Amino acid sequence: EAIPNLKPSPLSTDEPPTSFKDVSRYNNFYEFGTEKYDPSTNAQTLRTRPWTVAVDGECESPGEIGIEDILTGFTQEERIYRLRCVEAWAMVVPWVGFPLGDLLQRFKPTSKARYVAFETLHDPEQMPGQRRAVLDWPYREGLRMDEAMHPLTILATGLYGELLPNQNGAPLRLVVPWKYGFKSIKSIVRIRFTEQEPPATWNRMQPNEYGFYANVNPEVDHPRWSQKRHRVIGEGLFAGKRETLPFNGYADQVASLYSGMDLRRFF
Amino acid sequence: MTPSRTETLVRVGKPLVFLLCLAPMGHLLWRVVMETIGANPVETLIHATGDWTLRLLLITLAVTPLRRLTGQVWLIRFRRQLGLFAFFYACLHLTAYLWLDQFFDWRAIIEDIVKRPYITVGFAAFVLLIPLAVTSTRGWTRRLGRRWKTLHRVVYFIAILGVVHYLWLVKADRFEPILYGVILAGLLAFRIPWRKGNQSGVN
Repeated sequence: EAIPNLKPSPLSTDEPPTSFKDVSRYNNFYEFGTEKYDPSTNAQTLRTRPWTVAVDGECESPGEIGIEDILTGFTQEERIYRLRCVEAWAMVVPWVGFPLGDLLQRFKPTSKARYVAFETLHDPEQMPGQRRAVLDWPYREGLRMDEAMHPLTILATGLYGELLPNQNGAPLRLVVPWKYGFKSIKSIVRIRFTEQEPPATWNRMQPNEYGFYANVNPEVDHPRWSQKRHRVIGEGLFAGKRETLPFNGYADQVASLYSGMDLRRFF
Repeated sequence: MTPSRTETLVRVGKPLVFLLCLAPMGHLLWRVVMETIGANPVETLIHATGDWTLRLLLITLAVTPLRRLTGQVWLIRFRRQLGLFAFFYACLHLTAYLWLDQFFDWRAIIEDIVKRPYITVGFAAFVLLIPLAVTSTRGWTRRLGRRWKTLHRVVYFIAILGVVHYLWLVKADRFEPILYGVILAGLLAFRIPWRKGNQSGVN
């Protein structure tokens, strides 16, 4: 289903997007299986209507918002972003979405709101991968408030001009292009403002391998593989790898968020 | 079975097993040519060749238990062929890593082998397979005599390294490497001479 009146964005990259076929078939979405092609095979069991997102925690007007209100209440833009997975592969994805900050403002976060926590739907009926305890369900992620309010951070509702395919995190997912893909939590049902750093699924499971910040950083290797280079999906068998850039090439826009922080420690 | 029937079985069986063992590689090549290998062909090739190395190692290790359980002595005549195919897929696996994944960036490769435990054990397993493949010929079997058996028992250790290599590489879902590990444990347990009448030295 096409999303009408899409606005282009100056924040988009002009790099050629990865094919729709690869973007919609090569997915990490363990709620539908741990193999790359599992989500595109299994995700049709997810029901994305009706869908509501509960927003609460440190804010003045907690409440719920439905997906239809989200689609009509916020100006949907096309945002073509690089996506760098922690597994050292990358894509370029033409997302459709809007700044996360626009939605957060509506619920009037208080001065105590220092972090934002997100949760994926937990329903093993709809998400068969949740029948096995591969991860500690539901999937959780979090951002610092300044990261959440950054103009590059969006909630995505679609890709390639159409509503999100289920396997890409329908109907609503986070996209934080300067962080490893696992931060960009899918199929969100809950957003919570918190004072303390909220738990994040991969970080809790393997704290030495997956940091809370998870900023793309070629200088900090994953303990089991190098993060210096990555493979670009769709470039074929003999293309080799490319150099990974700090903050996935978005350093000019976001490096200042982390000034004074030891990025080896807060990886 | 009469000796002549056994000979026929082996004569027909060997080329058949040969083709069967080549089938996974043929299928991969077919998928490359037809461009149905998926979004990340390098990853698919590396994973598939790794899977087949492990599978063929386990099949090779299953020959002796199978022979003893069924009494079909001729099965042993396929063991070398299966073992060499395990080595063949290990070569493909390593080549895919060195070439398609790393593009012979020796600095990065050496760093991987030294710093990443799962690559260290995988590489060690490959290196240990080389002397076994080299000494698999009739000439070497004769030359080494009793020591041949001792040398080729290293394959138990290699298989363990292979499973550990897989186990240490997965991110969260350990089902498959554990499955391989359980099968391997069963095949190794069979070789422990804890039953009476099994003192003859199963290999």
